[in-house]
Amino acid sequence: MPRGAISAVGIAAALSIALTSCSSSSPSSSGPAPGAGGAASGKTLVVGVTSDPDTLFPWKATQFQAVNVLQNLYGTLTEFDKDLNVVPGLAESWQTSDDGKKLTLKLRQGVTFADGSAFDSQDAKSSLEKIMDEKTAAVARASLSSVKSVEAPDAGTLVLELTGPDAALPANLATVNMAMLSSDDTEEKLNTTPNGTGPFKLGKRVASQSITLARNDAYWGSEKPKVAAVEFRVIPDESSIVSAMQSGNVQLAIFNDPLVAQTAQGGGTLTVTKTPQLNYHVLQLNAQHGDLKDVNVRLAIQCAIDRKQVLDTAALGEGEVTGPITAPAFKSDPNKRPCPARDLAKAAEYLGKAGKSGGVTVKTIVSQGEYATSVNEAQNLKAQLAEAKINLELEVLESGAFVDRWVAADFDAAVALNGGRPDPDGSYGRYFTSKGNLNKVAGYSSPELDKLFAEGKATTDQAARKAIYEQVSAKLEENAPWIWLFSGYTYTATTSGVQGFVPMASGSLQYLRTTSVG
Amino acid sequence: MRLRNRILSTAGTLFGVAVLVFVMLRAIPGDRITAGLGTEAAALTPAQRQALEQYYGLDQPLVTQFFSWLGNMFTGNFGYSARQQQSVLDLTLHSLPVTFELAVLSILLALLIGVPLGMLAASRANSPRDALGQFVSLAGLSVPAFLLATALLSISAASFGFNPNGQGFAMLFDDPLLNLRQMLLPALVLGFGIAAPILRTTRTAVLEVRSDDFVRTARAKGVPERRLQVRHVLGNALVPIVTMTGLQFGYLLGGAVVVEQIFSVPGVGRQVLLGIQQKEYAVVQSTVLVIALAFVLVNLLTDVLYRVIDPRVRAS
Repeated sequence: MPRGAISAVGIAAALSIALTSCSSSSPSSSGPAPGAGGAASGKTLVVGVTSDPDTLFPWKATQFQAVNVLQNLYGTLTEFDKDLNVVPGLAESWQTSDDGKKLTLKLRQGVTFADGSAFDSQDAKSSLEKIMDEKTAAVARASLSSVKSVEAPDAGTLVLELTGPDAALPANLATVNMAMLSSDDTEEKLNTTPNGTGPFKLGKRVASQSITLARNDAYWGSEKPKVAAVEFRVIPDESSIVSAMQSGNVQLAIFNDPLVAQTAQGGGTLTVTKTPQLNYHVLQLNAQHGDLKDVNVRLAIQCAIDRKQVLDTAALGEGEVTGPITAPAFKSDPNKRPCPARDLAKAAEYLGKAGKSGGVTVKTIVSQGEYATSVNEAQNLKAQLAEAKINLELEVLESGAFVDRWVAADFDAAVALNGGRPDPDGSYGRYFTSKGNLNKVAGYSSPELDKLFAEGKATTDQAARKAIYEQVSAKLEENAPWIWLFSGYTYTATTSGVQGFVPMASGSLQYLRTTSVG
Repeated sequence: MRLRNRILSTAGTLFGVAVLVFVMLRAIPGDRITAGLGTEAAALTPAQRQALEQYYGLDQPLVTQFFSWLGNMFTGNFGYSARQQQSVLDLTLHSLPVTFELAVLSILLALLIGVPLGMLAASRANSPRDALGQFVSLAGLSVPAFLLATALLSISAASFGFNPNGQGFAMLFDDPLLNLRQMLLPALVLGFGIAAPILRTTRTAVLEVRSDDFVRTARAKGVPERRLQVRHVLGNALVPIVTMTGLQFGYLLGGAVVVEQIFSVPGVGRQVLLGIQQKEYAVVQSTVLVIALAFVLVNLLTDVLYRVIDPRVRAS
């Protein structure tokens, strides 16, 4: 009988060998498209992603993967270049009136949507008006709060009447949440059949497996996409994406987890480049709650934290200590704050001033699973603050529960990773002005900040704006409504032969249009 | 008569599952809106939120939501996934066969590993053979699937360039060879985990049967040893093995979430997981109910198999 058993095992082994041995003859799906003759323009670039877009409707897309796909399908009035400067998009130029209450945009001629219909000022007008309409529930509605009305005097001109000057408006028009849609399209239709002016069109979609974009030959840009198609292939597990790249099935992927990036680099076959992120890791304090109402308690927390230590222990040192503003053109100096380095004596002094020498307890929410470093950050912060008699009581929550509590501002403190934007008004106006739609979550505002943010919006001169936001940054650090920790990197991994992709601090994949596969 | 009872109890079970899933889903913090918008949901004005609630049908009372969903299920309308722009029925018809195939392959591999090794182990208790069986079953029970899966995948991809799972998934009837290659590693990981209980059950059952009188009688009558082992011993030890296999198969139909994630296998487990993450209630509710139904059917089938294997069950 034993022999029978052994032969069964033998058959199984032989079967598995037979299955694996034919793998070498299988054509890789990333090869040249049939009939393309192998020219670079006929190739498909395969991008590995952990999930597919949760919506194809650009005005409601906030998920990273959705934004990445939609940016390649839709066009916006303005765009960002690789350094996040605002450059022309569907609008060739724009002019602000002297009193700042009128923004006139000259639209590009001869632009068509994917369905072949022409884009003109009527489409732009209807898009902006629908975004402003509350019923649409568009996420970028607040960015148009200064817009009173939209006019289209002729097919190539768009005029925005403003309640007052808004220097951040051109940058705000560049996000995919402000995508220009045809006035004939409805949300229901676009959910299945995107119709935009971007460099790519929707090809084939297999739900939760892959979404393929085909080159849009009618794209208006001077640079036409270099590949025939881009396939976003869903591989839910990041280390499986690395394996897929090592075996040549996937040619490009973006990682946020430094550990995964290390494995990708470890094999030696992949090129990994780092880009500093706009997103920042932060300990949000809620200045409306208990002991945290006292600025001295908040400053004690600031002084008791060594930001570099949090970065080193939680994120392998992969990132940079940061102040509030992460946008390259307005970057805060991270050392301009009451405690540039950890200072326990000063922390004790602040606690004394607050009459809390015995210590304080701060209930802190932490998300689990939303990003890789959250729990480690929280534990390191807890350990550091314990030495200053500040007790962080950690509540680790599943990410859905965390979001619920965060949205309701139901916390004393929160360990968070927040999205930064290329314009500081876009980043913080919504948090730290008394009328900002996220002010409840930020838990802090002041007349001085309101005034500074208003000035920042009303000033168009770049140098003058930079000076204003330096003051904003200083006010935020002096009052310590939050403790800014560090910003990490985005890692772009490519296989050999991938050329011309430009990673951006915003994590955007807009430069897929200049990428070629060798 | 007994059939009617069976049907009634099945219906009761399924209704219970329906209520439980419905309630549990809504007990999880967050809804379709926060799941879709994340922290941006904080920036919604009340009017915007209302518009979204209407859009997703979240403004209906819970009882209404429950019974309209259940009623629709009877008419074959399993609901609609706004995220995937597909009916849940379509999604399930695509993902259930994938999971079913994976389950069958895993069980086959598990039987190929478990039964022979179990018999080997039983053939001489407390011998090196037995120790081998014990070791395999201990490893199968204790090595976590995610570890084995990740290790297998990275070793085969990095060292041998063998990684069929990095390509788009092939359905069995579209490209059988590629499909089987893509199923190989996940089925191995799952099969290895299930082999352990099957091995142990086999060992115990064989040891038990071997000491029965009829085996001694047969041996005394001069039945050849090999035939004795296979026909008499294994044949009689099959009942507990079939029970164990049926049970494991039922579990597998729930979708091997971890393995499906790591190997990008678009099965039922991933469908449910995505549904939970995205708070797509209809997807989760309907899929879980279909899985529950499949589980019940597998149990029924196991019962039928007993009668075939064991005349004693038929007699009762």
